[in-house]
Amino acid sequence: MSPNPIDVTAIEIRAARMRHDIVEMIAAAGSGHPGGSLSAADIVAALYFGVMTHDPAHPDAPERDRFVLSKGHAAPVLYAALAEAGYFGREHLATLRRLGSLLQGHPDSKKTPGVEVSTGSLGQGLSIACGIALGLNPQTTDGRTVYCLLGDGECQEGQVWEAAMFAAHENLGNLVAIVDRNGLQIDGACTEVMCLGEIEAKFAAFGWEVATCDGHDIEGIVDSVARVRAVPGRPGVVVASTVKGRGVSFMEDEAGWHGKAPSAEETEAALRELQAALEEKGVAL
Amino acid sequence: MSKRATREAFGATLVELATAGVDVVAVEADLSKSTTTATFADAYPERFFNAGIAEQNMINVAAGLAVAGKVAFTGSFAVFATGRAYDQVRNTVCYSELAVKLAPTHSGITVGPDGGSHQMLEDIALMRVLPGMRVLVPADYWAACDAIRVAAATPGPFYIRLGRAAVPSVYDEGFRFELGKAYVVREGSDVTLAACGVMVERALAAADLLADRGVSAEVIDVATVKPIDIETVAASAVKTGAVVACEEHSIIGGLGSAVAELLGERAPVPFARVGVRDVFGTSGDPEELMAHFGLTAHHVAEAAREVLSRCG
Repeated sequence: MSPNPIDVTAIEIRAARMRHDIVEMIAAAGSGHPGGSLSAADIVAALYFGVMTHDPAHPDAPERDRFVLSKGHAAPVLYAALAEAGYFGREHLATLRRLGSLLQGHPDSKKTPGVEVSTGSLGQGLSIACGIALGLNPQTTDGRTVYCLLGDGECQEGQVWEAAMFAAHENLGNLVAIVDRNGLQIDGACTEVMCLGEIEAKFAAFGWEVATCDGHDIEGIVDSVARVRAVPGRPGVVVASTVKGRGVSFMEDEAGWHGKAPSAEETEAALRELQAALEEKGVAL
Repeated sequence: MSKRATREAFGATLVELATAGVDVVAVEADLSKSTTTATFADAYPERFFNAGIAEQNMINVAAGLAVAGKVAFTGSFAVFATGRAYDQVRNTVCYSELAVKLAPTHSGITVGPDGGSHQMLEDIALMRVLPGMRVLVPADYWAACDAIRVAAATPGPFYIRLGRAAVPSVYDEGFRFELGKAYVVREGSDVTLAACGVMVERALAAADLLADRGVSAEVIDVATVKPIDIETVAASAVKTGAVVACEEHSIIGGLGSAVAELLGERAPVPFARVGVRDVFGTSGDPEELMAHFGLTAHHVAEAAREVLSRCG
């Protein structure tokens, strides 16, 4: 079961270390998606270290909770969490996107311990999560929950709403979606590229239990997830407001940092900033 | 000769598998009566999930069920299950190597009156190029039953091509479908007719027509289009020296292409393709359409004579 009570500071430190890893591995790879990885770092840290039941030594343990990264381009945040948890050695992080690496540009379940299913083509993860939730026992109220992280831009994919309909129809109480609402997509602001309207209202209209939170507040994320999970027979969604590129001042809220690696100078500046954040919490790298 | 549609094998065999203890489930997209998954839904309602008219979700829900350890079959019509949901089949099912078994019905022009929008003639081509996907095209009801059993018992993704129209039996009850095996269903020495699906029975009829004219045709049922049985087809080509591929599918990308590829590499001999010639289907009675698009025994025999005219 989930660690209870949670140690918020410890999770914040893990999230800060994950951000450092994200920038470092994307810089080493020379390509990748820093913006949406950094925006989701607190959400993913909260799930892996404050919510989910899982065992890095036994990635296939039947009683584990499952995580599906529907926004697969944020693979670095997942890899950082899996390395932090101990699914594989940290030395693999520097091999991101290289030939022969465990760590593919987008999650590949055939290669990476702890990755439940391959993702990367947007809009598919919530449907997959529905299938996993059905395959487990949707009626249980404790344990064996399927968590699925989506981007807000991703919700422009029509299939997300096919899945939203399905989950409510099948009473998937063991399914929790989290939307990383960072407000930006490759071509600019979501509101300008293709306005999504009210994501919360849309999920509510399909019959989901809905909560909103600050996606950088660990306690808020954990509480919101617990609240929507506690309602039996209904899928839950947490719409978490975030800042794209969070933690690296020059990347924050800039659509241009969706999918490019920082230069050597930019990397140095970014890592200095992320290191300072860690030191503020009394942790040295 | 008894006639039965290959789609009738679908729901009935799923029931048989579930009864035998296989952890099989089915996801449908509002076509359970047409595909016969309704038979399974009636017997095992807790194992049947209807996605509604949402084929992309159908494929990915099945993928999730496979991740959770189930053997997941999907329904719908061939045109939607492969075309509408191609990215889902590629990027989730095949890329993750999941135990999702696509067994859509209503493939080919024998769909009949519904017309070109619903007559899928490119599905073998679409599925064949996907890494890890196995493509089975059963010739009759009994072959379809066992193809479904084989797909359920073998890990990873499968595509099983099923049809709407009742077709004559080529095999007897109890036929064993071997993955990757092509069956020599009639031996001959002058020309090889390599067929799949409903064209196997027509190729056999064509062999009779050819025999009347003193031509000895060997008929091979290439029931597994991928992985194709290179040895059996190449050996027959070497023996006869001429090959005609026959399929109820576009001549581009399907069995004809698969046979051409292996002949080109292993046994280059005069070759012809019988199939739909790069056009869409149209409304009509199935038998009328088979004649209209050149898929009768007579057409196969004509193609064989044309190929033989090119042999020295």
